[in-house]
Amino acid sequence: MSDTAEAHAAHGHHATPSFISHYIFSTDHKMIGRQFLFLGLFMMMIGGTLAMMMRWQLAWPETAVPGFSFIPEPYMYSGIIPSNTYNALFTMHATIMIFFVVMPIMVGTFGNFLIPLMIGAGDMAFPKLNMLSFWVGLVSGVVMLASFFVPGGPAAGGWTGYATLSAKAQYTGVEWGQHLWIISLLIAGVSSLMGAINYITTIINMRAPGMSYFRMPLTVWSLFVTAILLLLALPVLTAALAMLLFDRMAGTSFFLPEGGGEPLLWQHMFWFFGHPEVYILVLPAMGVTSDMLSTFSRKPIFGYHAMAFSMIAIAFLSWIVWGHHMFVSGMNPLLGTAFMMTTMVIAVPSAIKTFNWLGTLWGGSIRLTVPMLFALGFVSNFVIGGLSGIFMASTPVDIFIHDTYFIVAHFHYVVAGIIFALFAAVYYWFPKMFYRRMNDSLGKIHFVLTYIFFNGAFFPMHFLGVGGHMRRIYNPLQYEFITPMHDWNVFITWSALILGASQIFFLYNFVYSLFAGKKTEQNPWQANTLEWSAPTPAPHGNFLTTPTVYRGPYEYSSPEVKEDWLPQDKNIGTQAAARGH
Amino acid sequence: MLQWLPEDVSTYGHEIDSLFYLIYYITAVAFILVTVLMVVFLIKYRERPGRRAVYSHGNTTLEIIWTVIPAAILIVLSFMSVNTWAKIKRNPPATDFEIKVFAKQFNWDVSYPGPDGKLGTEDDIRFDNDLHVPVNKIVRLHLGASDVIHSFFIPNLRFKQDVVPGRTIIGWFEATKPGKYEMPCAELCGFGHSGMKGWLHVHSVEDYKKWADEHLAPKPQ
Repeated sequence: MSDTAEAHAAHGHHATPSFISHYIFSTDHKMIGRQFLFLGLFMMMIGGTLAMMMRWQLAWPETAVPGFSFIPEPYMYSGIIPSNTYNALFTMHATIMIFFVVMPIMVGTFGNFLIPLMIGAGDMAFPKLNMLSFWVGLVSGVVMLASFFVPGGPAAGGWTGYATLSAKAQYTGVEWGQHLWIISLLIAGVSSLMGAINYITTIINMRAPGMSYFRMPLTVWSLFVTAILLLLALPVLTAALAMLLFDRMAGTSFFLPEGGGEPLLWQHMFWFFGHPEVYILVLPAMGVTSDMLSTFSRKPIFGYHAMAFSMIAIAFLSWIVWGHHMFVSGMNPLLGTAFMMTTMVIAVPSAIKTFNWLGTLWGGSIRLTVPMLFALGFVSNFVIGGLSGIFMASTPVDIFIHDTYFIVAHFHYVVAGIIFALFAAVYYWFPKMFYRRMNDSLGKIHFVLTYIFFNGAFFPMHFLGVGGHMRRIYNPLQYEFITPMHDWNVFITWSALILGASQIFFLYNFVYSLFAGKKTEQNPWQANTLEWSAPTPAPHGNFLTTPTVYRGPYEYSSPEVKEDWLPQDKNIGTQAAARGH
Repeated sequence: MLQWLPEDVSTYGHEIDSLFYLIYYITAVAFILVTVLMVVFLIKYRERPGRRAVYSHGNTTLEIIWTVIPAAILIVLSFMSVNTWAKIKRNPPATDFEIKVFAKQFNWDVSYPGPDGKLGTEDDIRFDNDLHVPVNKIVRLHLGASDVIHSFFIPNLRFKQDVVPGRTIIGWFEATKPGKYEMPCAELCGFGHSGMKGWLHVHSVEDYKKWADEHLAPKPQ
């Protein structure tokens, strides 16, 4: 893992980096990408553990969670979770998974690592800002984790932080935990903004000669659209969080009716950010998946322009659907009708993407590699998550299923389903990032177990939701109408525990391959995109000479060459260069 | 999956349920279609020596078809939803039976009009977590909250409405079958959220009169 020698040789102007400037305060986008990856994987273990504790409580309420008797009272009672701790568990599980796992990995890691490599640039437009983005992000993570150790425990008002519950300490009994939650997310917003500005600037200005917008890989397109959404959505969250902090600490009443405030204002602001946020999370997963499906079907992506434009359409529509989170909130019901219409419309570009993925598989020469399996897993989960969304888009149906496990099932199929694209991306770009291959057999075992038990954990939640099982309840056995469904809760918990345990195959494979994996060849997947044309290990500055791009990224099985792949920067004569896709 | 919907005892619940079933069948067909195609393609087009993938960048006609069909289905679904939604949430019918439900951590505070016949006055008669109504009677609810947001949920009536501090929200239902139905809070409202619930008692007309005479009649001074 030493880029040092090559970097020095290739780019004399980059001074020999010391250990600190190479591994810690690095301005190299590739190192920053790796840093985000390690941060995200570490946080994933914490977020996952919180989920396992919750599942334990739901299956076997008020029994001791094995291995947790060390946690002092009143947070746990010799391993037994009390209700306020349970509320903190799901609040922190969601917050960590969204802001400190999916965002750092899908946006932070792959945005940083891939954008310059895939567009043929030497680095990001603002390398120092990029470094700052990671370190500010790390501070925000540390603040979030610190909230576990303050008196009263961490935030317990849900990741949605609905006012008035979140606006006064007396309502949850959590004082500093909620303060730190707000402060941490304010800091995380700054980190993401710096990243977003960097991505947008880099993509607009630093594409290699010939890399027109419509020759960019869909991964880059997805990160571009995501960065624009981040740039526009985060300020709204930041404003809402600042108002909430003032309500809590400075005696204002933005959200408190006794001072003339309005609790629903929080929901409007939160979801105005929150719905684009869903697409911030899922768009990069769609981009990565498109690249995998094309590469491993050895076939051009089906409908490249439709794929790019449907992402842009999703981005636009994501601004006018936030009210579908609020159908029964007390918002004017006429608005509910309007938001139902826009919500139904946003399902269309998602449907286009799904059918185009199928079209890509059609007539292919499909290689079921580990990244391909995970990409297909993402598609399969996204189909379920997308279809279940239609139920709650219909306002009357939402009256019944709102705030039930049907919703929990839906957003886990969409958002937790991203984990499949995330794993696909890690397996796929691991050779580029760490110059070694991950073990294939372990990867396949990891996929099969993850796929089975992911569905085992989340699919039956639909049944519970249809039965009326509310989300965020501590003990389902307190309700007579839920008690008969309890076997499903036990089944889900077993699936979730095995799902968690299966990740050991990934962890072992990842760590082992980091140090002792098989050395990779230059282009292990026979892919077309530019990152595989850069040397491996890529030096600080990436390319030895700036590549020239002759064609789109998906020219697989082209009749112009004997091989079934045709890299974007391969010059095969003037004819091909002029045609371009 | 279908038998999991709780029994419906309201006048409008069947409209929600039939929309639910309709979406269920549409999505089931879409799911099976996509899954079968995916599995068939994965088997049929698996990598084999000597065969090269089709070099195709797409097919505009196909893409238009699979854009227009889902769009048409979704638009029809929204129009089918509009009337039921308006009936339940936008146009509560007239009635002479009004009850106030005021949520506070972690109880439903239910009030009936007192001797003055008006809701929201000093002489209202209050109950904790018990709501008594006659069968086949339109009930208008005045929903409020004192501290945080709660959500008044009666699964068997397909009734759900968040209650928000600082405002009164009107809801309504008409129960069609006497019985005792659980009435949980569906919105996270603090450490006592789980277990915040009450009971809806739907009485036959005679039983309700008996109950009302006993509990709502003016107490002799």
